[in-house]
Amino acid sequence: MSRFRKKRGKSSPTIQTASLPDIIFMLLFFFMVVTVLRDTEIIVQVTTPEATELTSLERKSLVHYIYIGRPVERYQHIYGTSPRIQMGDAIRGLGDVAMFVGEHRLRVPENQVPAITTSLRVDQEVTMGIVSDVKTELRKAEQYKVNYSTRPRID
Amino acid sequence: MARKSARDRMSNEINAGAMADIAFLLLIFFLVTTTIMEDRGILVRLPPWSDDEPEIVDLNQRNVLSILVNAQNQMLVRGEPFEVDNLKDRAMEFIMNPNDDPDLAESPSDAVISLKNDRGTQYEAYIEVYNEIMAAYNTLRDEASQRQFGAYYDDLSLEQRRIIRSEIPMIISEAEPTEFGEED
Repeated sequence: MSRFRKKRGKSSPTIQTASLPDIIFMLLFFFMVVTVLRDTEIIVQVTTPEATELTSLERKSLVHYIYIGRPVERYQHIYGTSPRIQMGDAIRGLGDVAMFVGEHRLRVPENQVPAITTSLRVDQEVTMGIVSDVKTELRKAEQYKVNYSTRPRID
Repeated sequence: MARKSARDRMSNEINAGAMADIAFLLLIFFLVTTTIMEDRGILVRLPPWSDDEPEIVDLNQRNVLSILVNAQNQMLVRGEPFEVDNLKDRAMEFIMNPNDDPDLAESPSDAVISLKNDRGTQYEAYIEVYNEIMAAYNTLRDEASQRQFGAYYDDLSLEQRRIIRSEIPMIISEAEPTEFGEED
């Protein structure tokens, strides 16, 4: 008994915190790696429709987004209330689709260009007219790989 | 002199206690800004654009399943009103034609699904129809790969997938939309 008591008395009562920064740094690096900083400001309201047959887009650097929807309330006095096309962080016209795709192609190594995917994030309430127009523009720009962004359906 | 020696004794190691605080701060920043949002959706391949009128390919009537969606989001399949809930089964029956019906596709590789919508069709309705067609093909491919390789299509090797794909190609023909409905 006395031996135990002696030992306890000697050991320091503080917890070793020297390795705490290491643990925290590990977590930090994990989050730094998985973080994608939201780079675009959302001007148009998009609620994507639901679907079951989903494919995930893996390589973020090979994906660019085209948003189609009604402008959010804050921007309605500038852009009106009918559906508009947002590319990057600005409202652009149909004629800019080819340029937008071209810009992305320049940033990607040449052998990966065919793998570039356009993700269409289209609001479910939007009518097909504007979507068809964008699709036609994409075909003219030889950008054939397209993803209709959807939410998984929960039954 | 006495003072100097005291400092020497003290600063032999850097005080790392504050390091954790700094790391915590950064950690919380990244925690807050992180969106582990992965984008998912229906991946399609658009056909190349040509300025010329497309050649009229004469397809055997039985090999084409025409689907029309109008501006009221109502659907016609081969000219008859149809519910989207039944579309997957209808498409699967059409593609595989298990009973050798003379009205349905001769073989899965001949089957063409023709999809036409209006400019006023809602995107949601369009995606719903597209999703059902994809579901039909995915189910059929899964069945075929289970039969031949005993595994799901997604788990097959590239070579095996190619075999399945050539057996059951996904041929979806999208026509230019009609312009009856109202766009907004």
